[in-house]
Amino acid sequence: MALLTPQNKRALMDPLVLNNPIDKQVLGICSALAVTVMVKTAVVMTLAVLFVLSFSNLFVSLLRNHIPGKIRIIVELTIVASLVILVDQILKAFLYDISKQLSVFVGLIITNCIILGRAEAFALQNRPWPSFLDGFGNALGYGLILIFVSTGREILGSGSFFGIQLIPQAFYDMGYQNMGLMVLAPGAFILLGLIIWLQRTIFPYVEE
Amino acid sequence: MHSNRYTLLFAAAVTIVASILLASAATFLKPLQDRNEALNVKKNILKAAGLVNEHSHKYSADEIEKMYAEKIREQIIDSKGNHLAVTLKELDPKDTGKFPIFFDVENGDTAAVIIPVSGKGLWSTIYGYIALKPDLNTVQGITFYKHGETPGLGGEIEKEWFTENFKDTEIFDATGVLVSITVAKGEAPKGAKHTVDGISGSTLTGNGINRFLKADLKKYQPWLERHRKELN
Repeated sequence: MALLTPQNKRALMDPLVLNNPIDKQVLGICSALAVTVMVKTAVVMTLAVLFVLSFSNLFVSLLRNHIPGKIRIIVELTIVASLVILVDQILKAFLYDISKQLSVFVGLIITNCIILGRAEAFALQNRPWPSFLDGFGNALGYGLILIFVSTGREILGSGSFFGIQLIPQAFYDMGYQNMGLMVLAPGAFILLGLIIWLQRTIFPYVEE
Repeated sequence: MHSNRYTLLFAAAVTIVASILLASAATFLKPLQDRNEALNVKKNILKAAGLVNEHSHKYSADEIEKMYAEKIREQIIDSKGNHLAVTLKELDPKDTGKFPIFFDVENGDTAAVIIPVSGKGLWSTIYGYIALKPDLNTVQGITFYKHGETPGLGGEIEKEWFTENFKDTEIFDATGVLVSITVAKGEAPKGAKHTVDGISGSTLTGNGINRFLKADLKKYQPWLERHRKELN
């Protein structure tokens, strides 16, 4: 069996741009606003979601024929919550400072609509490998937007990228100032809005 | 449709697998997490004293340990202000009559006295350190390092723009009464020595800080007053 049949490839690639969970489906906005002040936190958040979403899809799919319909959502949540707590524990042990910056938002991955959404919409109907790819692709699509937004916010708001100062001190001496708005949530809203606008201009679609 | 028996058994199995997984992960990672927490406490003691500035330099675990060992002296006092011959490790956290106090010693002179403070904010217990200059009155710095306040609102207390305002405020008034420092609702009056700007949307967190800052400084008042007399 080929690992990347055309369908599998679509499961992986569609959520990157065409069916991006954030700017097409407008899901997972809360964390996209919260963790995008710095690129570094956005990258760690992306990795956390990548792990949780891929494996929650995988496990839900593996169990899809055994999960009793009546307690379906609870079982899915148990799987998601276990993975999230695992990630949280690992971050606290190995990336303490970043886990402090992400604070409650790691825990809130549990309530990220993308995760339960993919479990319900995809993993329950599909075989494990495509489900894993679907989770991976959606998390990448989510992460892509997070990284775009955080790049804009960090450069404009803090004058740095990935913690490395980009704008030289000489500019500040001449009166340049960081854009305080970008550090706050409205800055993320504006950037996200621009990205959605761009997306819908390039790939127009009609609201049904 | 699955039977109720199957549903119950399935739920039990999922729960057991999940809890075993999480319990073993938690047990396995606990030593590492504890080490990080202990290090964070030390870093914040240094930070309150103004010895650590994370803007200019990222500190490794070893650097923090080394700096702490070199500069910080720990001491336990009782509620009357007497020094006790107990070490911090031996201190029973439940013993409410004994408190730790930390000194930043530079070349044999005390450069700052650091007092741990903690208490209820709005949602959680807030932990922090307040450092006083050698006059035992002027604030050298303050940190809040552990809390569960709302990010972006009460959570801002750990941010520098907030803690920076405490610098050079005073805990005693001109007549020597312990007035502590108050987080204002809104802006602090210009030139205020005992008040700092509040955070919009976090009045209750601010009220919590006011309450426990005063209560905790009160515990150290006998010690502070005794040593303030020696200064004059």
